[in-house]
Amino acid sequence: MSSSRFNWFKFSSPATFYPLAGKLVPWITAVAVILIVVGLYMGFFVAPTDYKQGEGYRIIFVHVPASWMSMFIYLIMAFWAAMGLVFNTRISGMMVQALAPTGAMFTFLALWTGAFWGKPMWGTWWVWDARLTSELILFFLYIGYIALHSSIDDKRRADRASAILVLVGVVNIPIIYYSVKWWNTLHQGASVSVKSGSSMASVMLIAMLIMALGFWAYSIAVAFARVRSIILEREKDTRWVSELSEIKR
Amino acid sequence: MFKAFYTVVMRDLLLAMRNRSDILTTLFFFIIAISLFPLGVGPELDTLREIAPGVFWVAALLASMLALERLFAIDYADGTLEQLLLTPQPTTVLVLAKVLAHWLITGVPLVLLSPLLGLQYDLSSEAIEALMLTLLLGTPSLSLIGAIGAALTLGLRGGGVLVSLLVLPLYIPVLIFGAGAVEATVSGLGGAGHVSMLGAIFLLSLVLAPLATVAALRVSAE
Repeated sequence: MSSSRFNWFKFSSPATFYPLAGKLVPWITAVAVILIVVGLYMGFFVAPTDYKQGEGYRIIFVHVPASWMSMFIYLIMAFWAAMGLVFNTRISGMMVQALAPTGAMFTFLALWTGAFWGKPMWGTWWVWDARLTSELILFFLYIGYIALHSSIDDKRRADRASAILVLVGVVNIPIIYYSVKWWNTLHQGASVSVKSGSSMASVMLIAMLIMALGFWAYSIAVAFARVRSIILEREKDTRWVSELSEIKR
Repeated sequence: MFKAFYTVVMRDLLLAMRNRSDILTTLFFFIIAISLFPLGVGPELDTLREIAPGVFWVAALLASMLALERLFAIDYADGTLEQLLLTPQPTTVLVLAKVLAHWLITGVPLVLLSPLLGLQYDLSSEAIEALMLTLLLGTPSLSLIGAIGAALTLGLRGGGVLVSLLVLPLYIPVLIFGAGAVEATVSGLGGAGHVSMLGAIFLLSLVLAPLATVAALRVSAE
């Protein structure tokens, strides 16, 4: 492993990752703030009014990126969970733990903004359609992960047990994503897809992508900040933590 | 390997027969939960017939979830589980055996009892048939998926409540297709599609759930 020029495992140790994350957090936070401000401005002031849905559609600029992130963060969590189980790296479990609250928050945000969108468009806050239900299950999965992790005192065991739970829950992600295709339900089909491009105006699309990137940067910044606290908490008895300048002070 | 499978199944069944109150508790929970709905919703037969599939399936879900605690907890407490994990036989096979025994104890009685309770809800004979078929196909999936949750929460404080939080979201697809099959049969659409989906879920969980359960057991029992 050490013969390769770039050591892939260099930052898998908390002692090396902690300062790296500390250096990156302010930059990524700045990027997130700029992107979200620009995205919201474009979404609310630049993008044209939708001919069918009027001004109410503008919630799409929060709703769709939040839903993307809710699914994407779960996939990232599953990736780190698998990494942790396979390579037994300490940082993987911490990353999963740090991402979970953000994922749960985005899932809740997607459901909440969805309700606000549903009221004027469908005339109801909530329908039991496939996509809404599977997104709700995703929310339960996040909560289940957090509950399981916090109820095991031995954090290494907590990491591995909840990693298995995360991997089992991954089954749900394709179900959410394809639910609008498989079942013909009230929730509209995807507006953006890789294959056929987008079914909306390009200003809207750009604003939405900027919002998505902003949420993405936000997730990374928050997860890194949180993982730093988790590292400090779990490694508090080690030498390198006691030698940190912010601890010594 | 088959001998080990058979031995574990027989052992678990024998243990259950020696301690019959455990089985009966689950069964009576199922009966009471189902009997509560007519009291709460009102005794109109039209309403009852409409809600019956959902009520039966939710009750079956909760009953099989309540029974999960027995699956590994006793063996974990007296050290049998560790011995099982140390045997040269593949652990997946032993887990499958335990799940099968668990299903025979807690799942099959529900299936056998459902026609009787179905009559209380004034279900037609074809609806009862569909109900039994879906329960027969669905309850093994519940036991298989539930085993993961039971293995993950072994020896934790508040394990009983936690297991419901972990397992119920994973039960939802079974619930949707199980109750949907009965409803589709009653309304004359034919429940074949739903039943096929139930079968697919069963096969998928039969292959994947024991692997996850074994991994979880190894984490919990170390």
